[in-house]
Amino acid sequence: MKFEGLLWWILFLPLGAAVWITLRTLKNPGRSAALSIGAALASFVLAVIFWAANGWTTGQVSVSWWRIGSWTASFDLRVDPLSLLMLLVVTGVGSVIHIYSVGYMRGDPGYARYFACLSLFLFSMLGIVLAGNFLQMFVFWELVGVSSYLLIGHWFERPAAADAAKKAFLTNRLGDLGFLAGILVLQGVAGTLDFGRLEETWPEQVSALGATATVVGLLIFCGVVGKSAQFPLHVWLPDAMEGPTPVSALIHAATMVAAGVYLLCRVFFLFTPEALMVVAWTGGLTALLAASIAVQQNDIKRVLAYSTLSQLGYMVMGVGLGGPAAAMFHLVTHAFFKALLFLGAGSVICALHHEQNIWRMGGLWRRMPVTFWTFLVGTLALAGAWPLSGFFSKDALLAVAWGRSLPLFVLGVGVAVLTSFYMFRLVWVAFGGPARSEAAAHAAESPQGMLWPLRLLGVLSVVAGVIGIQPVLQAILPGLEGSHAASWWGRLMEPFHHAPVPAAAGLAALLIGVGLAWKGYAGGAEDPVPNRWPVLGRWLRDRFYLDELYEGTVIWFHDAWARVVAGVERWVLNGFCLGLVRGGTDLLGQSLRLLQSGNLQTYALVFVVGLALLLWWTLGG
Amino acid sequence: MQWTPGLEHYLAVSFVLFSLGLLGVVVRRNLLVMYMCLELMLNAANLALVAFSRFRADLHGQMLVFFVITVAAAEVAVGLALLVALYRQRRTAHVEEVSLLRL
Repeated sequence: MKFEGLLWWILFLPLGAAVWITLRTLKNPGRSAALSIGAALASFVLAVIFWAANGWTTGQVSVSWWRIGSWTASFDLRVDPLSLLMLLVVTGVGSVIHIYSVGYMRGDPGYARYFACLSLFLFSMLGIVLAGNFLQMFVFWELVGVSSYLLIGHWFERPAAADAAKKAFLTNRLGDLGFLAGILVLQGVAGTLDFGRLEETWPEQVSALGATATVVGLLIFCGVVGKSAQFPLHVWLPDAMEGPTPVSALIHAATMVAAGVYLLCRVFFLFTPEALMVVAWTGGLTALLAASIAVQQNDIKRVLAYSTLSQLGYMVMGVGLGGPAAAMFHLVTHAFFKALLFLGAGSVICALHHEQNIWRMGGLWRRMPVTFWTFLVGTLALAGAWPLSGFFSKDALLAVAWGRSLPLFVLGVGVAVLTSFYMFRLVWVAFGGPARSEAAAHAAESPQGMLWPLRLLGVLSVVAGVIGIQPVLQAILPGLEGSHAASWWGRLMEPFHHAPVPAAAGLAALLIGVGLAWKGYAGGAEDPVPNRWPVLGRWLRDRFYLDELYEGTVIWFHDAWARVVAGVERWVLNGFCLGLVRGGTDLLGQSLRLLQSGNLQTYALVFVVGLALLLWWTLGG
Repeated sequence: MQWTPGLEHYLAVSFVLFSLGLLGVVVRRNLLVMYMCLELMLNAANLALVAFSRFRADLHGQMLVFFVITVAAAEVAVGLALLVALYRQRRTAHVEEVSLLRL
């Protein structure tokens, strides 16, 4: 590999920016933003240079990190097409969102702190992408959790934001516990945590390990369930929308939550068929659950959050069905159009003075043309309209499902119908129809600093399907079929040739969804669903009462247990044990102070008598 | 034959002086008198040391006495100064009335 040193710069520049901002420029918002954006852009440019110099190469840079006895932990930077692709996406989308943040966060009292956290996040995320072994992966995995916590809780003086940050952190811990256990078991049975070495030795060990191999896979999948917010640990992601919108776009849609899928692809070889079955059904269930909840949400960011959940479920399902390449492909295109959608939503929210209820918007397409058109592009891409990027990646996933599991294929198509339905509901209610509030009637387009990121991501959302991501992934991972045609037209038509049924099903799903949304929401002033199916509407709006269920069981039990432990501490430890020690010391002290009379002559007498006794004892007898 | 005092006589005098001094320190209430009794004890020790030095033909004892005298002189200077300061502040030199360092 040429320019290996660049990798260190790519990884550590954002950390440098975060540290420098925290230590030196917290009082200077402008310089903080410049530093943070500079670091992100520099990382992106260096990544591009590295890629241009090496192409889709494979290699690893290692330094010894620390050792215990004969066991050495190394710090590896692993480069292969997978991590290079992810590196470009993370730094690219990250840079765009850094720039967008300048406009969105203007005037915020925590402006410099915000950028420091953003840089810290970028560093952690790049660490995950470049990690060459499980230990390092885990460290950066947790760092990403910390930066996510800091950013969700950016407006920590609002109780909702503080609670959401706590919820996200704790839910993630639950998944990470499984992840850590998986890593430990893996170290025990395989003797190494290095991805490269595991890939070589694991296939020979699987048959000898039997069920243990499946357990290892499932434990590692626990980490993915937490970070990528799969059912049943999905509850944190919608709440995470309490953070600033650019954060939702970068962390809770485009990159961090996708880290789980990235991990699955990175260690795909670890999973046995049984483990993959669990993975696939978890993903499928999450996709369906989240998509149906999204149908009845009225907060623009929550709709997008549930959409993210659903798309992550799609990707996880794709991995579970044996198509990690298709899942990675969808991850990349999703990163573009979901970041675009969130930034578009941020632009709307900003213009309406932090109004997030879509029923208090309306008519925005005329007042905010750039936001509207780019948002529409994002929506079409997400819904899978040909020839936008989402069509190709979703089609790849459906094609994988078509070949392997009919029930999951049907589920996937159903989710696609729901996806286009709720997205077009959102578009029609928020952007179409008459203005339904004072703020919406007087909304003005956002500043150019926020619009250019939208345009850029819009272009990427359109073309990402045909610029040649598939052959890169095809070369290293299974699951993407079909040859890569040379001509543009050939590439555009490719899905219809190699798997016509999924492609047709995807387009049909899009049309059905749009049709239903048109029927229900075009021009309407209120939601028809709660009136016609009140029970269904209520269950969907209240997220199937899953949060309440957790509140009533897990959290109730946890609180009760906490009270018991607090009682033990207060009465047994503090009251009895400490009381005994404290009382004894006190009594002793009280009696000893009687000796301290303050009278010089008493001291002299005691001194002389003591001396005499000492002499008698040493010289006499 | 002329009678000359032996070591035990000197030591007896020294013992009596020391005991008187100690008694004074323990029973007298006036700080100045206690002080003088302390000096008495020091000099009793000096007498014993000189007697030992004389009867054992060893100059170490006398040397030690010089040190004791020097230290005692310094000690008197400091002690009397403290005493004067104490008297100025509290208008008393009685030991029962200066027991402030008590809990």
